Amino acid sequence: MTIGQKILKYLLIFLKYLSLIFFSFVAVIPIVSCVITAFKTDEEYTRTNVMTLPESWLNFGNFASAFEKANMARAFINSTIILVFVLTVSVIIGTQLAYVLNRFKFPLNGVIRALFLFASLLPGVAMQISVYEIMYKLHFINSLPGYIIMMCGTDVISIFIFIQFFENISISLDESAIVDGANYFTIFYKILLPLLKPAIVTSCILKGVGTYNEYYNANLYLQDKKLYPTVATSLYTFVGPLGSKYNLICAGVIISLLPALIVFIACQKQIYSGLTAGAVKG
Amino acid sequence: MSKTRTRRSPGEWLRSRDGQKFLVITAFMIIPLLLLFVFTYLPFGEMFTYSFYKMKYTGARKFVGFDNYKKVFTRDDCFGALKLSLYYMAGSVVQLALALYLATVLSFKVKLGGLFKGFMFFPYLINGIAIGFIFKFFYTRGFVFDTVLSWAGFNIENLPYWLKDQSINNWSLVGTSVWRYFGQNMVLFIGAIMSVDSNLYEAAMLDGATKFQQFKYIILPSIKTIVLLNVILSISGSLSAFEPPYVITDGANGTGTYFVVMHQIAHTQQKVGLASAMAIILLILIFIATIIQRLLFKYVFRNAEDEDINATTRREKKLARKRASAMKKGGMTA
Repeated sequence: MTIGQKILKYLLIFLKYLSLIFFSFVAVIPIVSCVITAFKTDEEYTRTNVMTLPESWLNFGNFASAFEKANMARAFINSTIILVFVLTVSVIIGTQLAYVLNRFKFPLNGVIRALFLFASLLPGVAMQISVYEIMYKLHFINSLPGYIIMMCGTDVISIFIFIQFFENISISLDESAIVDGANYFTIFYKILLPLLKPAIVTSCILKGVGTYNEYYNANLYLQDKKLYPTVATSLYTFVGPLGSKYNLICAGVIISLLPALIVFIACQKQIYSGLTAGAVKG
Repeated sequence: MSKTRTRRSPGEWLRSRDGQKFLVITAFMIIPLLLLFVFTYLPFGEMFTYSFYKMKYTGARKFVGFDNYKKVFTRDDCFGALKLSLYYMAGSVVQLALALYLATVLSFKVKLGGLFKGFMFFPYLINGIAIGFIFKFFYTRGFVFDTVLSWAGFNIENLPYWLKDQSINNWSLVGTSVWRYFGQNMVLFIGAIMSVDSNLYEAAMLDGATKFQQFKYIILPSIKTIVLLNVILSISGSLSAFEPPYVITDGANGTGTYFVVMHQIAHTQQKVGLASAMAIILLILIFIATIIQRLLFKYVFRNAEDEDINATTRREKKLARKRASAMKKGGMTA
């Protein structure tokens, strides 16, 4: 290798790391600025530049006050209830539907698949114009069960993840169980469901992130913010008179991010692979 | 077996194989189909009906034929809002290119690669309202963005108001969308690149292929599908862009995309008929766009396969030539 080539090689390595550092910086700076601001007292916030580090990293006053003002204790309880039920119900009905669509030939099979596929093309925000009226007629506004039922009904991606997974489970497994005298329900619950575990984890991660972060529907259908805040919609408290107290707002934002951050650090690998599996459904 | 009997009672039929099949199909499908009907197709039908009426959520409704559709095309705040999608399309091109570059870099051995990947991916996991607050704060005069730019030597006096100045504010919003999704795209691309058989890279190294050649001949073909899929998604996503203006500017100062305008017409002005017509028109547009892209996708894909075959034959020929010359050399020394 000549000296020129060596210089070029190191220059390229330098540029590679420079670009990685630059884009990581771009990705974290909006969040870091929030963390910095969340630790500042009111007086400190008005006096210093937003990027000046706080005087004390132990000033948790904003967090406590944001937690209380935005009714976040209640919000975390609600979000947990919603998550548990939505994920359980989605997994049960999603795997069952995928089982039927994958294992049985019947006249409407193709039509039903097409109906689900078409549904995934309809943009959610547009549909809410008329979904709202249906929710109203069903008395599902300001009702946790109603909201949970609606959130279960709008899931298409996980169904396709399950169907894909079923395609890779040999049908001879079902057949030998039938020979042994098992009925379809036993086959599904005792044999196939346990094998689906990786797909279930994947769909729970995707659906879980979506449900936890959902704010548009939650705001529309869980309007009573005293009784039914979720973690995402509790942040609406800061719209209006509190709208310029950014040290308080940033603390609220950080609290709402913490669960996502913890889950992300704990299950990074599953999240990455789940995302990749979910993306090939088209 | 059952042929010996002339007729079965319903109970017997349910115990037979066919009956069991019928039972399991019905039991497993009734709830998902009911949900699909109630929350997707029923509202879809209703929305279609509404689009022919002048109506609010409550009170009397009046049939007006195609008036709402005409209004969508003639009112200057409706159809015109679609041109804002061009900003979002431009943004998604940048986003995909950036994701592709970073994915290529990170799928080879990089020090602290996992950390870089994590930093860039995390914005995807933040909820929309938090994003709204983060960027209202970020773009405020003299706050985060201005401060960072002043570190880089810019004079704050010369910087625009990022969310108010109409010449720049749509780019500011597109920027937040790129910020949020480039890491997610990157992770998808890394997944696709990793699924390539690692022997291919080794073979390429042995053949003396440069990094750029590896990218062009091994990485790019293997992730073509997922890249194209993301292009398709990003185009329909751009047409229905909603979140950044909704949570950050609420559509003020000329940032109201088609869906934000529709949301305001539906929920603030309560012109349900007009909003429904807007929704139906956009659905038709998205549908047309998707069909065109699918056709294009198929076309490109077929070509790609042809190309692949050519590439393999070329590679084999090259390999054969190399082997031949190596043998010649070997023969000479022997």
